[in-house]
Amino acid sequence: MTVTSSEFTTLHSPTWCPGCGNFGIWLALKEAFARIGVGPSDGLVVYGVGCHGNMYDWMKMYGFVGLHGRTLPVAQGAKLANHTLPIVVVSGDGDGLGEGGNHFLHAAKRNPDLTVMLHDNQLYSLTTGQASPTAKPGFKTKSTPDGVFDAPINPLVLSIASGATFVARAFAGDTPGLIALMVEAINHKGFALLDIMQPCVTFDKEHTYDWYRQRLYKLETEGYVPDNKMKAIEKAMEWGDKIPYGIFYKEQRPTSEDHEPALVSGPLSKQPVGTINLDDVLNEFI
Amino acid sequence: MKESVTWKIGGEAGFGIMSAGTMLSKAFSRIGYHVLTTNEYPSLIRGGLNIITTRLSSQYFESLNKEVNIVVALGKPLIELHKDEFSEGAYIVFDPKDYEWKASDFPKPVVLIPVPLTDIVTQFKGPPVMRNTIAIGASVALLGAPLDSFSEVIKDQFKGKKQAIIDGNIAIAKAGYDYIKEKFGKETAMNLTPATKIEPHLILNASEAVGLGAVKAGLKFAAIYPMTPINALITFLADHAEKLGIVYKQPEDEISGINMALGASTMGVRSMVATSGGGFALMVEAVALAGMTETPVVIDIGMRVGPATGMPTWTEQGELQFVIHSGHGEFARAILAPSDAAEAYEMTIEAFNIADQYQIPVFILTDKYMNESQWCAPLSLFKKEAVIDRGKVVKENELPADGSFKRFRLDVADGVSPRSFPGMKNGVYYANAYEHDEVGHVMDSSAGRIAMATKRMKKFDSMKKDVRPPTVYGDKDADLTFVSWGSSRGPVIDAMTILKGKGISSRLVHYTWMYPFPTAETTQLLGNAKRIIGVEQNSMGQLAALIRENTGIEIKEKILKFDGRPFFPEDIAEKVSGV
Repeated sequence: MTVTSSEFTTLHSPTWCPGCGNFGIWLALKEAFARIGVGPSDGLVVYGVGCHGNMYDWMKMYGFVGLHGRTLPVAQGAKLANHTLPIVVVSGDGDGLGEGGNHFLHAAKRNPDLTVMLHDNQLYSLTTGQASPTAKPGFKTKSTPDGVFDAPINPLVLSIASGATFVARAFAGDTPGLIALMVEAINHKGFALLDIMQPCVTFDKEHTYDWYRQRLYKLETEGYVPDNKMKAIEKAMEWGDKIPYGIFYKEQRPTSEDHEPALVSGPLSKQPVGTINLDDVLNEFI
Repeated sequence: MKESVTWKIGGEAGFGIMSAGTMLSKAFSRIGYHVLTTNEYPSLIRGGLNIITTRLSSQYFESLNKEVNIVVALGKPLIELHKDEFSEGAYIVFDPKDYEWKASDFPKPVVLIPVPLTDIVTQFKGPPVMRNTIAIGASVALLGAPLDSFSEVIKDQFKGKKQAIIDGNIAIAKAGYDYIKEKFGKETAMNLTPATKIEPHLILNASEAVGLGAVKAGLKFAAIYPMTPINALITFLADHAEKLGIVYKQPEDEISGINMALGASTMGVRSMVATSGGGFALMVEAVALAGMTETPVVIDIGMRVGPATGMPTWTEQGELQFVIHSGHGEFARAILAPSDAAEAYEMTIEAFNIADQYQIPVFILTDKYMNESQWCAPLSLFKKEAVIDRGKVVKENELPADGSFKRFRLDVADGVSPRSFPGMKNGVYYANAYEHDEVGHVMDSSAGRIAMATKRMKKFDSMKKDVRPPTVYGDKDADLTFVSWGSSRGPVIDAMTILKGKGISSRLVHYTWMYPFPTAETTQLLGNAKRIIGVEQNSMGQLAALIRENTGIEIKEKILKFDGRPFFPEDIAEKVSGV
C-alpha cells in the first residue's frame, strides 16, 4: 500500500523556532516512512523530552512520549512485545546521552531492531540553551559561560564500541541525504544510530547551517567502506575543519528479538492470554 | 513422639545448605506433613553462616515457632552462635571431626548425636558438600519417617543426571539414615505423629508463587534487575521462558526495567517488574509515567531491611508508606500485600486484572521472609481456572475509519477509556507523559487539565467495588483485637492459638488490600474495639498510620519488630499476656 507523507499531518503546527534543524528532520522522517510504506498506524515512534520530543504533536503516528532520557527502554520493551512493528526513537543529545546514557550503551550492545534519530545540537535548547554531553570544548552556553571544559561524548564512537550494527552521521540541512540515510537506517535489521547534526538557530550562533556546510563531506566520496570497526572509530573521531558524514559502520548480527524463543511463533502481543497449561511446571514444585 | 518438630541446619555458605531445606520439606510434604522453611544468611556468596530452619508438623500451622528440636551442625559456628536457642531435649547432630561437643557446652540439657559425616563421605569417595545429604538422611531417621520419602526427592532433584550420581546420593543418604537406626535407634522423641494432610502440596517461595500467578494471568514480558529478595522470580521466569512463551529481559537498571515493561504494556502485553525498596526508588519516576499514560503494569516489591542498602538479606515491612506515596503528581494505584505464597499466587493474578481494568500501576508488596521461605500450598489452588479481565480494549475492526478514535476519551463514568494498541488501523494516539487531550496531544488549558485529571482520578472511586475488606480471624467477639498486614499474619494467628490456650480470647483484623484503603470496613471493624494491638514488621507502625489517616482511629498499642527477623508467635503472645 502506498503511503504519502501528507498522511502524517495533524491539526497541530510546529512550535519550533523558525529555521530550527528539527524541521528538516521531521520532514525527512515523514518522507522516509512514506518511502518504506509505513503509515501512521503501522509503526511506533518513541519520543524523549527536549525540542526534538515535541515532534509528536505534528506527526500523526502512534507515539509514546516518554520521560526524559528513557526512550530506549520503552522502545526495547515495545519491540519485544511486537517485533513485527517498525519502531523509531526520536531522541536528542541531552535526552539520549545525558539522562539516558546508560540506556544508550546497553541498547547498542543488545542490538534490538530499533532506529535512533539522535537530534544532536550540542545543547539543551528547550531549557534555553545549556551545554549537552556532545558540546565541544570551548563552546560558550548558558551553563558554560567560559566555554565547555569537559571532553565531548562522541555518539558514533560510543555506539560502535558498544555494539551498534548501523552507525551513521547525517545533517538536518541536507534533506535528500537525510531521507536516504533514514530509509537505510530503518530498513537495517538491528540497532541503528543516526547522529543528526542540527543547528540551533536560537541559542547557538556558532554552529550554523553554513558552519556545517563548509565542513561536512560525504564519506563515500573518499571511497570509504563501512565494514571495519577500528577504521570506523578512527573516522568517527575526525572533527574540525572537515567533518565526515554518511555511514561509518554497518554489520549484520542477530538482534535481541532473534534471540528470544518465545517470539518464534509470532509477536507476544498476538499470543492468547490466560490459556496456559501449567501442569508440568507445577509438578516441579511437588 | 511429637506433633511438631523444628529442625535447623547451619554451616558455611557453599555447603549446599539452602537446597537441604527444600529437599527435606518436599520429602515430608509428600508424605502428608505441613512444612515451612525459612533461611537466614548474610549477603555473601561464600563463607558466613547460612541457616535453614524447617518446621514440620502433622497439623496445619501458620508460622515458625521458637522451639528448636533437631540441630544439624555442619561446622562449629551454628552451635557456637545459636546454642542458647536450642530447646531442652534437642537432638544435636554434629560431626566430631568439626568439634567434639559435650553436653556441658549447652545451657539446657540436650541429646548429642555425633555422626561421622566426613568419614562417611570419605568412605563413599564423595565431595564434602555431600555431608548435608548424609545429615538429611540422619534427620529423616530421627523424625521417624521412611527413607523412601527422601530418596524419591533425590531422584527428582537429580533428574537428567547420570544414574550413578542419583544412586550415589541415595546410597550416602541411606548411610546417614542407617547410622542413626543402628547407633541411636532408641532416640524416638522427635518422631513425628502420623500425618494428616491428604492432597498434594507445592513447596515454593513467594517469588515463585508470584511467577506462577503472573504466567497464569497471561504475563508475557518481565524486565527485572537482579536484587535480593526477588531473584528466585528471575530464575523462575528465565528458566521457563521458552516453555511458557514469555520474554524475560535483564535490564541495565531498574529505571530501564520499568520503562521496558511500560513499552511492552503499551503494545498490549501483560508486563511486570520486581525489585526491592532500593531498586524501586529508581523506578519511582516511571510509576508516575504509568499513572499519566494510563498504562497497566504490575510491580512486585520484595521488602527488606532499609534504609539504603540496609540489611539486604533480612526481612521488613518498611515500604508501605513509600509505595503509597511514590511517584510525583497525583494518580490512582492499587497496593496488595499477600500474607504467604498461596496468597501471593492469587493476588498476582488479581493484580494483573486490576492493572488492566483501571489502566494503572498495581503493586504487590512481598518481603524477604515470604520470598525466600518455602511454603506449603495445595496443588488444587494452582489448578483452579483463573479469571482473566483485560479491561477496556477496542477491537481493531470497530475503530472509526475517519480517525476520530480518542484513546483518552473523557465521557467515561468510571474514568477508564478504551485502549488501542500500536499497529491497530485507525487507533493512533499518543501515550504522553505530558498532560494531554483525548488523543494524547499536549494540553495545558485550565478546563482541559481539570477534565483529564478528574477523569483519571475517578478510578479511585471506581475501584471501591474491588477493594478487599480486611479478613477477620479468631473470635469475632473478643475484647482483644490484633491488626496486621502481609506476612505478619502467620505469627499472629499462631500467637492467638497460644493465647487461647492461656484462656485469652482474641481476633485478628488482617489487611491484604492496602490501597485504596478499605475505610468504611475498617471503621466498622475497629470503631468499637476495646483493645487494639498493631503488629507490624517496621519501627513506625505504617499500617497504624494509614488507619489513623483514613479513619481517625488511633492504635496506641503496637508490637513492632525491625531487626530483620520474622516474628515468633511466642514473643507476640508473651508481650500480650505479660502486659
